[in-house]
Amino acid sequence: MDLSLMALSLPKLLSAAIITLKLLSISLIIGLFIGLLFAILRLSKNSIINRFAYVYSYVFRGTPLLVQIFIIYYGLGQIEYFRTTFLWVVFKEPYWCAIIAFALNTGAYTSEILRSAFQTIKPGIIEAGKSLGIPNKIIFYKIQIPVAIRQSLPAYGNEIILMMKGTSLASTVTLMDITGVAKHIVSTTYKPLEIFITAGGIYLFMTFMIHNIIKILEKRFSY
Amino acid sequence: MDLLTFGKTGWGDELFYATLMTIAVSITAMFIGFLFSAIFTPLKLSNNKFLNLIANSYTTVIRGVPELLVIYLFFFGGSGAIMYVASVFGYNDYIEINAFITGSFAIGIISGAYSTEVFRGAIQSIDKGQFEACKVLGLKRYIYFLKVIMPQMLRLAIPNLSNVWQITLKDTSLISVTGLVEIMRQSYIAAGSTRDPLFFYSFAAVLYLMLTFLSMKLINRLEIKYSRGL
Repeated sequence: MDLSLMALSLPKLLSAAIITLKLLSISLIIGLFIGLLFAILRLSKNSIINRFAYVYSYVFRGTPLLVQIFIIYYGLGQIEYFRTTFLWVVFKEPYWCAIIAFALNTGAYTSEILRSAFQTIKPGIIEAGKSLGIPNKIIFYKIQIPVAIRQSLPAYGNEIILMMKGTSLASTVTLMDITGVAKHIVSTTYKPLEIFITAGGIYLFMTFMIHNIIKILEKRFSY
Repeated sequence: MDLLTFGKTGWGDELFYATLMTIAVSITAMFIGFLFSAIFTPLKLSNNKFLNLIANSYTTVIRGVPELLVIYLFFFGGSGAIMYVASVFGYNDYIEINAFITGSFAIGIISGAYSTEVFRGAIQSIDKGQFEACKVLGLKRYIYFLKVIMPQMLRLAIPNLSNVWQITLKDTSLISVTGLVEIMRQSYIAAGSTRDPLFFYSFAAVLYLMLTFLSMKLINRLEIKYSRGL
């Protein structure tokens, strides 16, 4: 074990952690909106809309994230027409391709988490709201959503950790996140054990922090 | 569709064998994972604080670190570590480990961490009375485990093990970085030589979907079988 090399690589890996966190937070925010949208579609009584949302989450949960990134990054650029549209500005950047893939992926998992949270809300709560004459919209925003958030927090916490680990795949499309930088350092120093263990330590610390933050939030939202 | 024909002109046969490779790696990894959980589940449930700590650090570390990093660690660090051990015993030649073995082992360790948690949860949710009854009847330890605890544990564990299987199956796509020719690697090769990445990666996605779909069907049958009489 070369401890001095581990200490030397730590600042580089830590500055790469900023990119990991950026990828994670942006894709989680977009993914949350996608998830909420598809959870609502899943609960719709129209069977076509329902089916569409189901297929979306099935496809994204049933295929590896690596395939999804590769289709978006390598695949979409192949379509000639696509390159002429304004979307190409976004899709030619590996950074945004990774974020789009992560957001679509976490959106599929989030939609399942939120759907089951909405379904486990006791109908009595909604009925109570209705009998008090509260409009449907306000019941949804002020009653259903807060209760669903509380219900889904533990599962969503796991999803955040899974997504954090997923961001390491950004290194396969040339991005310099923690894993990318670690691999780069290994290629110049030939010390895989030391570097990958240091990188793993940073990820572990991040997992630990996310876990604790979610625990605190669970306490705050409990009723 | 010409791209998918069998034989020299198409990629059909290559992708078919690659799919078999994905299945082989997934099953091997799942099995290695079971071996790991056979060691670590008892440690987790033991009353000894030190043994608990060992098992908890295994599951926490593996589940808190990206799969890709574990694979890199094994692939790049594995042969170095083995060569170091071999040099202690006086063997100094270069040792290269097979990509299939390293890959299955890396995925197996990850899969093992998840299945350890599943087995622990399953055993803990078995009614306490069952354990006490076995003690009262004076059953031998292994009989009481095999005949009483094991069948109940499996029934409770199967739904969650099916999730672990899905995770394991999808994780095998990451071994493509080590050069093992499974679905992802084969698609990468095909995409490179035909310049048609969209088609081949989408086809890879379809293959993975088929695998997850078919395995879910099989596991559902197992679930029905193990919940007979309930």
